[in-house]
Amino acid sequence: MHMPIIPIILFTFLFWETQIPENNFRVISFNEFEEITDKPSEKLRIYNFWATWCAPCIKEMPDFEKINKELSEVELVFISMDDGRRPERVTSFMEKKGITSPVMLLDDIDFNSWIEKVNENWSGAIPATLFINPEGERHFHEGQLSEQELRELINQLK
Amino acid sequence: MKKLLITLTFLVGIFHYTHEAIAQKGYSVGDKASDFKLKSVDEKWVSMGDQENVNGFLVIFSCNTCPFVVAYEDRMIALHEKYAPKGYPVIAINPNDAQASPGDSFENMKKRAAAKRFPFPYVYDESQEVVKKYGATNTPQVFLLEKEKGDYIVKYVGAIDNNYQDASAVSKRYVEEALDALMEGDPIKEEKTKAIGCTIKWKKS
Repeated sequence: MHMPIIPIILFTFLFWETQIPENNFRVISFNEFEEITDKPSEKLRIYNFWATWCAPCIKEMPDFEKINKELSEVELVFISMDDGRRPERVTSFMEKKGITSPVMLLDDIDFNSWIEKVNENWSGAIPATLFINPEGERHFHEGQLSEQELRELINQLK
Repeated sequence: MKKLLITLTFLVGIFHYTHEAIAQKGYSVGDKASDFKLKSVDEKWVSMGDQENVNGFLVIFSCNTCPFVVAYEDRMIALHEKYAPKGYPVIAINPNDAQASPGDSFENMKKRAAAKRFPFPYVYDESQEVVKKYGATNTPQVFLLEKEKGDYIVKYVGAIDNNYQDASAVSKRYVEEALDALMEGDPIKEEKTKAIGCTIKWKKS
């Protein structure tokens, strides 16, 4: 009589587990990235370029998430440079680390065709972060940011 | 006299500033690249000047740990095998600090070179002086140098090709196209390209 309950619980649990990344994760093209960044917004938007294999990127992620939760005028999106053929690497990383901010995997490996469109001074090294304020003004930072540096930049730009 | 001093101070300041900016920026196409003396995984010291019968070099900033480097190792070997007989051998330089990235230590370089049987020298820029002069920003990054009257002139800076995931699906072979043009005496169409890559792991100052 009680037997069917176990598979139901298991199923629910499975669904629960995968729900976080399903809501917060998607694969995008560079065109979609441009459409997203071109949209007007009242917030200071932060696009942080990272990858699961990039140690300095992973190090700065918790500070970005913390500030995003704390400041309502900020909107953070993590842009993953991981292998588009293996999106599960990103979603399982998100689950493991409890990442709650949206993550978009930018699946365009013809890097030279788009790096300078993000910022002409970007070498292509990650981490790197693009800030867009409500006026549409852009600021680009290549390299790791400490929590303090990130807060100072946000104060200058918002 | 005072005015002259102020002007001089100002000019020195400007010169100092631009000089610094150039030093940080590294080499561009057309610049003279300096030679180096770095230890290879076989414990021998390697300099460009010691190599005979060469027309130039493919200096590749590389490492043991970056997934993009790993994806390109076989292509680096293929480049050396194709172009060393034509006078353009590969020299791979690991610029990463072993404390910041333990996987990039000299001992681990030896292991990686043995496992992949690198046919080219794999050398360690332990002091990071060479990477600073060249201005490499990420790994893997290629500097194609042409030997002209004893100088090494930069002809191309950037990625190997435009598809790290699948060598058979590459549509732009940047380095090969640059080398083929150089050997034919034709202008190089793409002299500088960019790619997503791993940062140089700098020493903590």
